[in-house]
Amino acid sequence: MIAALSFYLFAAVLIASAVMVVTSRNPVHSVLFLILAFFNAAALFLLVGAEFLAMILVIVYVGAVAVLFLFVVMMLDVDFSAIREGFQRYAPIGGAIGLVLFAELIFVFSSWTFAEDAAGLRLNPMTPGVDNTREIGRILYTDHVWLFQLSGLILLVAMIGAIVLTLRNKPVAKRQDIGKQVSRMGSVNLRQVRSGAGLAETGIERPPVEAPPAPTRVEHHGGGHH
Amino acid sequence: MLAIGLSHYLTVGAILFVLGILGIFLNRKNIIVILMSVELILLSVNLNLVAFSAQLGDLTGQIFAMFILTVAAAEAAIGLAIVVIHFRNRGTIEVDDVSTLRG
Repeated sequence: MIAALSFYLFAAVLIASAVMVVTSRNPVHSVLFLILAFFNAAALFLLVGAEFLAMILVIVYVGAVAVLFLFVVMMLDVDFSAIREGFQRYAPIGGAIGLVLFAELIFVFSSWTFAEDAAGLRLNPMTPGVDNTREIGRILYTDHVWLFQLSGLILLVAMIGAIVLTLRNKPVAKRQDIGKQVSRMGSVNLRQVRSGAGLAETGIERPPVEAPPAPTRVEHHGGGHH
Repeated sequence: MLAIGLSHYLTVGAILFVLGILGIFLNRKNIIVILMSVELILLSVNLNLVAFSAQLGDLTGQIFAMFILTVAAAEAAIGLAIVVIHFRNRGTIEVDDVSTLRG
């Protein structure tokens, strides 16, 4: 009873906030409703028994992705009123396509059944009594460990890609020039050091320091302070 | 009515999916809202996968949903980076304006 009522509550808020994401006038409101939608989806995951995914959804989506959206929306100085043009124009075709798609999904739902031996075809059947997080961890780190590493690689590529895309080459920025470092002569030497000899015997080798320019004589006009 | 089953979750997922598609059509010019609509679509897919996983007692759906989450996060990061540099270059985020590669 409670579960059913909370399902309807969370589903209703989820759909309402999704509508607001799509139709909101201000993109900042869109992002905030997106955060609300993610929270409600996490609650739906909790209701169906996927606690780990629910927490991941809150942490990753609300904590990272939605904040990233919010950051970009607020950082870009976009004239959002001009960008709203065409909203009315595209509404009929969008609604028509949405209706067609929804009707197709309804047809699929009405004419669809589980396989006869669906219970036997399960790849990772849940063991009763083991909590969700422990079981997901066991499967993820043993059976699907290569996929797990691959998803880490995807995130690495995304991170490097985002950095490379948004990096600006400002002339004042100081960069590491590896070729210059490698070809640097004189200040770095190779020395054969007797093993066991400490700094007390070998001494600290310092690069030769160029002598500072000699101070130039300042001419005095007259005298006294100005 | 009060027993929540698979079909309830599938219905919510379908409505969410259709709303995401609708969002892409309605906000033809604002690429940030289009990206948000894509996130909604991926969320509805995740909802379906988790619902089937719970119904069948099979954890593979939840593993799938986790990988989809990973890819969605990467996609959002890259997409927003592209939006930022496009805005920096052109001063607008209208989708119709993205025609530099047309040649």
